[in-house]
Amino acid sequence: MLLRSSRFAAEPAPPFELKGSLFTLTVLHLFQLDRVAIERHLARKVKQAPSFFNNTPVVIDLEDLAEPPGKLDEVDFNSLYDLLRGHGMAPVGIRNGNPELQAVARQAGLPMLPDSRSTGATRKPDRSEPTPIRSRIISHLVRSGQQIYAPDGDLVVLGAVSAGAEVIADGNIHVYGALRGRALAGVKGDVEARIFCQSLEAELISIAGRYRISEEIDLGPADRGKAMQVHLADDRLIIDHLMR
Amino acid sequence: MATVIVVTSGKGGVGKTTTSASFATGLAQRGYRTVVIDFDVGLRNLDLIMGCERRVVYDFINIINGEANLNQALIRDKRVENLHILPASQTRDKEALTKEGVERVLNELRQNFEYIVCDSPAGIERGALMALYFADEALVVTNPEVSSVRDSDRILGILASRSRRAEQGEAPVKEHLVLARYAPERADRGDMLSVEDVLEILGIPLLGVIPESPTVLQSSNAGVPVVLEDGSDAGAAYGDLVDRFLGKNLPHRFITTQKKGFLKRLFGGG
Repeated sequence: MLLRSSRFAAEPAPPFELKGSLFTLTVLHLFQLDRVAIERHLARKVKQAPSFFNNTPVVIDLEDLAEPPGKLDEVDFNSLYDLLRGHGMAPVGIRNGNPELQAVARQAGLPMLPDSRSTGATRKPDRSEPTPIRSRIISHLVRSGQQIYAPDGDLVVLGAVSAGAEVIADGNIHVYGALRGRALAGVKGDVEARIFCQSLEAELISIAGRYRISEEIDLGPADRGKAMQVHLADDRLIIDHLMR
Repeated sequence: MATVIVVTSGKGGVGKTTTSASFATGLAQRGYRTVVIDFDVGLRNLDLIMGCERRVVYDFINIINGEANLNQALIRDKRVENLHILPASQTRDKEALTKEGVERVLNELRQNFEYIVCDSPAGIERGALMALYFADEALVVTNPEVSSVRDSDRILGILASRSRRAEQGEAPVKEHLVLARYAPERADRGDMLSVEDVLEILGIPLLGVIPESPTVLQSSNAGVPVVLEDGSDAGAAYGDLVDRFLGKNLPHRFITTQKKGFLKRLFGGG
């Protein structure tokens, strides 16, 4: 129904919307249910760091609960909640524990949070093999109106770049043909990035934000149609022969 | 299996409709059942070039909207057998061209024709996109000037990325270059781009070079596809172009300056 309401343009703005979000919460790993022991330990903790217990949201984790209570109806989650609140904590829900415990918690009206193991969030990323930065290779002419971007790495074009086309890379740009369009290398600020081409007839060349337009490129007759490179030196764009 | 060919260019006024008319007529002359469709909804021209403007009853949009059937709208050419024309609507605009509608009409035409020639409007908007979307092959018409070449480059990029073949990951649309309004002596003087210049920029195979010719304007006003004009350079060039399209290996004519002999220089002409 909520989905459908978006069809009606005259509908007033909704009073709220729901969005997912991630929070860092303190988790209280409960080892036993002895109310007296819990209260004693709590008092000590609060004394150590009073500022920490200032309406601090906590999740109660039941996974490490050593001895499941003999009688489940003895487990009084409400009184546990009251105890925590009395010491400046704001319990927001329960996590883990066996199904019987969870049923009791649900009966007491306490929200259940998803199992920490099922989320897979604790898996450490595999750092043994760093992913190599790949060049993007375009095996055809880049035509007028086309825009090609190589994020993170180099862009290699096995053909010409037409006037009105745009080739962009975080790294270097190699054009194995005439460069007639725009070429922007090192767009994320890499001042070491270069542009290489078989013939420099570009509309614009740029490295790390320093640019020159066609009018300012103006090669001499000896350089026209020759393989050229463009690089930055002392914050200035230098246009040079590829072969010396 | 019918082949759908789009005649396109990006830029206007380069000779798309002239090429569509002569290309379709040439295919039909050689015995292929051919239909040529005007996609320029709202700016109907093909009927004039084909000389059938006084026989238009129903049009392409009528069929898309189910207001008429194909047999009612197709105009049979009086001069060439096997040739039919599907005119555009003059009273509607390009928004009337729906992808589903165009596909339905093309599928129906595939049953009865071997070649379906789609005469594209200029631009890169809906009309042009619909004309090229279902194409198997494309004739890209260019004049030897930088703006025309750049626009053709743009339309080639669109053919390679936004046609049905591109979207479905099938074999790409087969591209052919048609260089129209070419004047070798002006290219020699550097007034216009040469054949080599254009081929170097566009990088697609050359199907034909059509020389600049006063006959094109005359025949267009007379409603006769120039390919039917005997003794015309442009007509002969279109004839060669059709033969090449059908697989014949013919040398390109009209691309070099003709050296005038002593007598010709004396008496003029040529």
